[in-house]
Amino acid sequence: MKSFCYTVIDELGLHARPAGFLAKEAAKYKSSVYVSKNEKKADCSRLFNLMGLAIKQGESITFMIDGEDEEEACAALEAFCRNNF
Amino acid sequence: MEKIIGITASDGVVIGKFMFFGTQKPVVEKASPLSADLEKERFHSARREAIQTLRDLFKTAVQEAGESHAEIFEVHAMMLEDLDYIEYAESLIEREGCTAQWAAQRTGEQFSRIFSEMSDDYMRERASDVEDISSRVVRILCNVKDLNLNDIQDKIIFAGDDLMPSQTIQLDRSKILGFATQKGSRVSHVAILSRTLGIPSVVGLGSGLIDYHNKTAVLDGDNGILWIDPDKATLAFYQQQIRLRQQEEKDMAALIGQPNQTADCITIEINGNIGCPEDCELVKQNDGSGIGLFRSEFLYMESKTFPSEDVQYEAYKKVLEAMEGKRVIIRTLDLGADKKVPYFNFDAEENPAMGFRAIRISLSQREVFTTQLRALLRASAHGKLALMFPMITSVEEVKKIKQIVTETKAQLIHEKITVAEDIELGIMVETPAAALISDLLADEVEFFSFGTNDLTQYTLAADRMNPKVESLYDPGHLAILRLLKFATDNAHKKGKWVGVCGESAADIRLVPFYFYIGIDELSVVPSAILKLRSAMKDLDMKSLRNDRFLNI
Repeated sequence: MKSFCYTVIDELGLHARPAGFLAKEAAKYKSSVYVSKNEKKADCSRLFNLMGLAIKQGESITFMIDGEDEEEACAALEAFCRNNF
Repeated sequence: MEKIIGITASDGVVIGKFMFFGTQKPVVEKASPLSADLEKERFHSARREAIQTLRDLFKTAVQEAGESHAEIFEVHAMMLEDLDYIEYAESLIEREGCTAQWAAQRTGEQFSRIFSEMSDDYMRERASDVEDISSRVVRILCNVKDLNLNDIQDKIIFAGDDLMPSQTIQLDRSKILGFATQKGSRVSHVAILSRTLGIPSVVGLGSGLIDYHNKTAVLDGDNGILWIDPDKATLAFYQQQIRLRQQEEKDMAALIGQPNQTADCITIEINGNIGCPEDCELVKQNDGSGIGLFRSEFLYMESKTFPSEDVQYEAYKKVLEAMEGKRVIIRTLDLGADKKVPYFNFDAEENPAMGFRAIRISLSQREVFTTQLRALLRASAHGKLALMFPMITSVEEVKKIKQIVTETKAQLIHEKITVAEDIELGIMVETPAAALISDLLADEVEFFSFGTNDLTQYTLAADRMNPKVESLYDPGHLAILRLLKFATDNAHKKGKWVGVCGESAADIRLVPFYFYIGIDELSVVPSAILKLRSAMKDLDMKSLRNDRFLNI
């Protein structure tokens, strides 16, 4: 199990479009990817679930990646976050 | 000939064939004669078709309207791939033995409800996206064709119930003279789009437009009127209007980039009045120097409860950013009198114009006021903000307001939130009282802006909405002009500046008077900015001794 924290910089927060791309990215890996904000947790590969967290600019979210390709997925997702929001 | 009155959403007049595009409502049967597996297969194949259409639309929209307008289609396509959405529909098919279309419709309703119950505004708006994608799938499954302009050769007046974002983008705009819709308001999607495109449009025309399908119509976007089968005189009148307008537009365009200056080189600032963030675009197009009046009421009128600090902050920030450092004067809440909202309990008043309204509400409902001020002050970091307070009648009110502003600012700074340091505070001078104590008020604020609509009503004791006394309502009345001069002189003695933001700011007849008393700023509807510039261009104040408005 791998995890990392990320603070959203994009002023619109994690709105529908980047959330959609993130869900697609997360679905590429065999590992399960969960995102949590405060007490709420969402399956990162599910767009509506992810949008339900209503993640805003300046908020910190935690990724939890678990599975055989977790190493690779963790690195890729962290880079994806930095490049997109 | 028939005359239908709606809400003006985008200026301009057009004459043409009226066509009503009704979205055929698909009939959705629940019981299915097919097996669950077959229904699931139908669901997926319709979903894939919808995704493909959306991707095509995305590509077209990127080219035609730019990436930001196109984004919505990409998001819609991604939503149709959401596993929760798919699984919900599949389980309905299995559990209920229902048709794919019924499952798609129910799934759309379910997810839309989840979004509409969320506390976040942005997410709440996504409810309509879910409905949009689901009805797309349902239409495919029921074999209902999307509305199609392609079969029509001529340019037409496009009418419909209300237009969804996805419908408007699919339209071949070269065929559309104007928009007429049964529903909608000035801030609905079609209104904003038509203003951006510069196509006349009238919304909120009410039901029954379908009866006029294929008839000749005049769409008067300036006055929010739709004429069906216009008679000869009406037609001739509007043809003349169109010709005049074309000439005027040509003349006006030549004034963009020119100064607001008289022939003898006296200058004035001309700003735009706006009602919602989208209107900034109009002010910029018409070369306004900034925003002289942003009526914050729209946020309250469009909302179901008092809008939250964040919602307000986003709207104010949008305006400040759009104006790129040009001054934006935002007027705090001006509810009451003729502007009511259902969620705020306005007791019945004998005389609402003289009742509980504007700053009187703000000062008694502290929380409402503080929420608005916090949003405004937070937004101040994104541009050049000035604050203006409506319905002032005493110095004490202004002192109290300033104290609340100072406290709110201190609280924000304490929370480590950036607030601009140079926010100008001003008041509306719209009561005779404010004008008469303007010498004292000028000590308290940086500027005055004359709200000439109310000032005229209160001074002349004439309600301009009452047809019997309407003729007494005259912003050029000597009493009003004297009040304006008196208050302007008092402000200038204290080194403060003065504007006019009421409707009479755009009254060409009064322009010499404004220069004569030394008004510093006029704020008008965006479409009047260049008209004023044009009117003052040939004005020579030195040769104007006999103007009737100067003899006060």
